[in-house]
Amino acid sequence: MKADPAGVLTGSHYLDGDFACGEGAMAAGCRFVAGYPITPSTEVVERIARRFPTFGGTFIQMEDELASMAAVVGAAWTGTKTMTVTSGPGFSLMMENIGLAAMMETPCVVVNVQRGGPSTGLPTMVGQGDVMQARWGSHGDYEVIALCPQSPQEAFDLTIDAFNLAEIYRLPVMFLMDECVGHMTEKVVIPEADAIEIEPRRLTEKRPEDFEPYQINGGQTPEFARAGDGYRFHTTGLTHDERGYPVMNDECHDASVRRLVGKIRDNADSIVRFEEEGMDDAEVVVVSFGITARVARLAVEEARSRGIRVGFLRLVVIWPFPEKRIRELAGSVTAFVVPEINLGQIALEVERVAAGQAATWPVLHAGGTVHDPAAITETIVKAASS
Amino acid sequence: MTVATKSTTASQELEHPSAPLLRMERIPHVWCPSCGIGTVVKCYATALERSGVDLDKVSVVSGIGCSGRVAGYLKLDGFHTTHGRALPFATGLKLGRPELLVTVISGDGDLVGIGGNHFIHAARRNMDLLVILINNFIYGMTGGQNAPTTPQQARSSTMPFGNFETPFSLPHLAASSGASYVARWTCLHIRRLTWSIEEAIGKRGFRFIEVIAPCPTLYARLNKLGSGLDAMRFYHDTAEIRNGADTRELEISFQEKITCGKFVDEDRPTFLDLMHNHYGELLGDRYVPTPREGGMLHEQ
Repeated sequence: MKADPAGVLTGSHYLDGDFACGEGAMAAGCRFVAGYPITPSTEVVERIARRFPTFGGTFIQMEDELASMAAVVGAAWTGTKTMTVTSGPGFSLMMENIGLAAMMETPCVVVNVQRGGPSTGLPTMVGQGDVMQARWGSHGDYEVIALCPQSPQEAFDLTIDAFNLAEIYRLPVMFLMDECVGHMTEKVVIPEADAIEIEPRRLTEKRPEDFEPYQINGGQTPEFARAGDGYRFHTTGLTHDERGYPVMNDECHDASVRRLVGKIRDNADSIVRFEEEGMDDAEVVVVSFGITARVARLAVEEARSRGIRVGFLRLVVIWPFPEKRIRELAGSVTAFVVPEINLGQIALEVERVAAGQAATWPVLHAGGTVHDPAAITETIVKAASS
Repeated sequence: MTVATKSTTASQELEHPSAPLLRMERIPHVWCPSCGIGTVVKCYATALERSGVDLDKVSVVSGIGCSGRVAGYLKLDGFHTTHGRALPFATGLKLGRPELLVTVISGDGDLVGIGGNHFIHAARRNMDLLVILINNFIYGMTGGQNAPTTPQQARSSTMPFGNFETPFSLPHLAASSGASYVARWTCLHIRRLTWSIEEAIGKRGFRFIEVIAPCPTLYARLNKLGSGLDAMRFYHDTAEIRNGADTRELEISFQEKITCGKFVDEDRPTFLDLMHNHYGELLGDRYVPTPREGGMLHEQ
């Protein structure tokens, strides 16, 4: 369906990534947001709190991030599109109910504007250290989808995609911004509402007496009934059967967890998204994401100007990881160079997938600022000559 | 008609009086013989039926623990959530679809131990939730550990020499945090509890009912208090009903008097009242609240 014009601020704007993300959420149809203040993410909810009262949205500032995430999962069961926004320390607290959302198969969006960690770390300064936490921060086995914008325009565009993916796969979608993108102000073009494609909440058409909340009819995702429509369904964070009733045995658990994981792994090809440049003759490929991708592009240009055949791959969807493409490239290039603002998270993934067919050269930075492009260029040069 | 003929010849066909509201296919339940939770479920089901509310619009949210299983036995929209988070989850449900009657039924460890912060804030906001807290003075599901409600001197598995911490007095906590309706009953007070729940269903804001419930398997055994029936005798002999009592005087000491009654009943603006009034005054016609039937978007 097309976006509800009430939430779409059509026009050309000069916005930071946080505001653009908030606009993206409202354009995507988000009508419930619960949050707790935390730098550098708070501007997202400030934007929403200001605009919601004029078109039927509810924002509530909860007592902490545990509560914010719980409220977002609860509200999602009314059919409403929901989101919460945080940064590292709050993201840690949200893990409990992110797991609940994964287990109950609740569509929602969790925005993390990353700062330097661990712990309180660098509240006002950039980090990209939550990549693995976004994937597996809650206990147990599950899969998520995580998107990673490199600009305020993408903060807008990809937030809409995040909401749409949450609906299709019924899971919490991680929106992994970083402080630089969040606080960077650039031109953001917001299209007309009828140019924005929205994935609606699809309610079951079954009669209540025929409906089971976790029955799978073909596909891998159950049909949805919302609270208050007479379905009188039950759902739980415990391992459950098709009726949503707890079942404490290994068979049911195996089937449930395999389906939760499978609905993402089996559909990875349609979810994975990346951009490539200069791959035709590449001997070395730089793999990057978020703000670091913009810094790395400078390094790639510099290396090219020095005659090095280097390609560039930017992760737009960071989880699921583009395993197929990296494996393919590993067969034709000699090395991957992986700059990221953490001490080696995506580099590990690249190394794992390349499986020794091509070398992996991490360019690591603990956070607080972006890379010096020269450090990336230097590694590209080394990788190309070894 | 005699009970004898019914029970001998037609016991298979006899239906539980609250069966329409129960997930009978899930019976037998997980609770121990003489546990007080089933009593509360029955009282709640009876109160709901009597109240005449549209059952399709009722959601029950529980946390974790023995009482956390309540949502799983009621034939209503039911949510068995994470430990301590029933209240914020319920807050989301209520704000997402304001026409719902959202009830939270959970235990003392869940709602005021791990969930204590959410409890005081939901009460402070006077969030439109009916909260039934089943207080058995102990963590039952995990094996009898000390709770924030365990009376001083009572034994628990983590206070094997008796509890030395000061417990919460829950009506006082709820009232001083801002709850608009506060009552306490025991599992013996079936009619009063049912009536109190029914009354609270008809009211608005944060409505809090504490129910003192026996835990024969752990609390009673660790403290040599006898059977569930002994607990009922104890409630009978020592519970005192003082409606309107000062909530500062409701502490529960080990095996001493339990003061019951309705202590607070005020019609104060709820979170939603305050929000609507505030934005209505500020924005006039430009204010568009979340529709009562929910914030879900439909095809234009």
